[in-house]
Amino acid sequence: MSLARAPIEPVIIGAGPAGIRAAQTLVQAGLRPVVLDESLRAGGQIYRQPPAGFTRSKQTLYGTEHKKADALHRTMDALAARIDYRAGALVWNADQASLEVIQNGTMTSVPYTHLILATGATDRVLPFQGWTTPGVFTLGGSQVALKYQGCGIGSRVVFLGTGPLLYLVAYQYRKAGADVAAVLDTSTHADGLAGLAGMLRAPSLLAKGLYYMGWLRAHGVPLHKYVRPVSVQGGAQVSALTYRLRGHDTVHSIACDAVGYGLGLRSETQLASLLGCAFDFNSQDRAWLPRRDAAGRTSVSGVYAAGDGAGIAGADAAELAGERAALALLADAQLPSDARRAATLDNRLLANARVRTALERAFPFPADWAADLNDDVMLCRCEEITAGTVRQAARELGAHEMNRLKALTRVGMGRCQGRMCAAGATEVLAHALHQRCDAVGRIRSQPPVKPIPISVVHADQQKVSL
Amino acid sequence: MPLLTRLAEKNRTTVTFTLDGRAVQALEGDTVLTAVLTQGARLRRSEFSDQPRAGFCMMGACQDCWITTAEHGRVRACSTFIAPGMVVSTESTEGRS
Repeated sequence: MSLARAPIEPVIIGAGPAGIRAAQTLVQAGLRPVVLDESLRAGGQIYRQPPAGFTRSKQTLYGTEHKKADALHRTMDALAARIDYRAGALVWNADQASLEVIQNGTMTSVPYTHLILATGATDRVLPFQGWTTPGVFTLGGSQVALKYQGCGIGSRVVFLGTGPLLYLVAYQYRKAGADVAAVLDTSTHADGLAGLAGMLRAPSLLAKGLYYMGWLRAHGVPLHKYVRPVSVQGGAQVSALTYRLRGHDTVHSIACDAVGYGLGLRSETQLASLLGCAFDFNSQDRAWLPRRDAAGRTSVSGVYAAGDGAGIAGADAAELAGERAALALLADAQLPSDARRAATLDNRLLANARVRTALERAFPFPADWAADLNDDVMLCRCEEITAGTVRQAARELGAHEMNRLKALTRVGMGRCQGRMCAAGATEVLAHALHQRCDAVGRIRSQPPVKPIPISVVHADQQKVSL
Repeated sequence: MPLLTRLAEKNRTTVTFTLDGRAVQALEGDTVLTAVLTQGARLRRSEFSDQPRAGFCMMGACQDCWITTAEHGRVRACSTFIAPGMVVSTESTEGRS
């Protein structure tokens, strides 16, 4: 026994498509991973499962993707006895050997030898006038309300932003019986054409997108492109959205009681940052992402990143990347790892990346946003800091990069740790400094990466104050 | 006016809880966010501007949906389930602790 290898203690953070396929692959190799899931049921966001007792079919919940959702949920159910699945587990700190976790008000340390980050993504948003008004939710949030709670975010909803999710969520809402007042897309017809060639590589994805748009039109939902939001009207709650078309001054108004809003997705990278992973600026995502090889290895030995948390690629790519990272982990731990399968996954991920590039062309980031933003627009929702304060810090206080800006203005220091404001702050700071957005750096993460309860019980049952 | 509209899953057991001193009904499986925003249009007031807030991302990332309960203090409304008898207040402007 003295020759026995040190035990492998793999931990996976996240139980969406990437985390589930990673867990399955490790189990097939005879390992028993710990899976830490902040949600109460596995599936992640896109395949999020409603609470027990809800009765809609998976076809109703997940539409064209219901078979993929069902396969993942069943995979996770079948793995139950062979993994250490911890639901409702928030990882709030991480170092080279262990993770600090809160679950049911109890704090524990979870040691690991190998770690797969499958932390997913949330909507990417930029600030505009009135975006904190009750009734404005993200597109992903709008979908969660419907899928997870059977609710619409309002009775007359405008969907605003860009990306495939914009039309999908509008379709799901109209289909569920909601009044969709309009779909307002920041992208242009020219963008759509630019993305078309690449989209032809993924005919089913293209067909789905065109179907949603056509169906919405056929059901009388106005679809507009070239949109830039002006403001949300209403103080206590949304009463209208005003907008203009890019390059035009005429302001249009649509009466509505809710706005679902998002400009694509942003990766959840806080833990990779805490772990000291090297980051590179990714111009396609217009974001800093953990550096990784094709298999998902980060710059830190034993730490892997897969799925949308490592770079936006969508749910199908996340399944492939989760499995691929697990195969890399097995190879690195000198355990049997299927090299042929790994090569197949690499090819599929490459094909997927080309489609992703085409999607980004069709629904590009509105890079002109910061230039038109008024000084009084609230940029940081947590600390209520305006775009004007950021510009002043840039011009008068020497805030030349994001961490200096944070220290001077508290942007990114609030409860969300920059999740909702970093994209906007980056754009405004770079614009004020006449620089490209990759020149102002990224906010370094600090623990806790999410707020933790005021008092929690340590696993040894002693109450600790924080 | 309530923010959220129930579109499906309406045949669940009702749950009575207290919202700003009033006994109101939610459905079993509702998050606190759903339970409160099917009654009204606010979860809390901003500790800086006193403006109303009602959540944003619904997936535990934005931290906009904090609300005060008698049982557990401040909770994230989008990821906490309503329970019978829960006492919830949208009046709090409690800041960070």
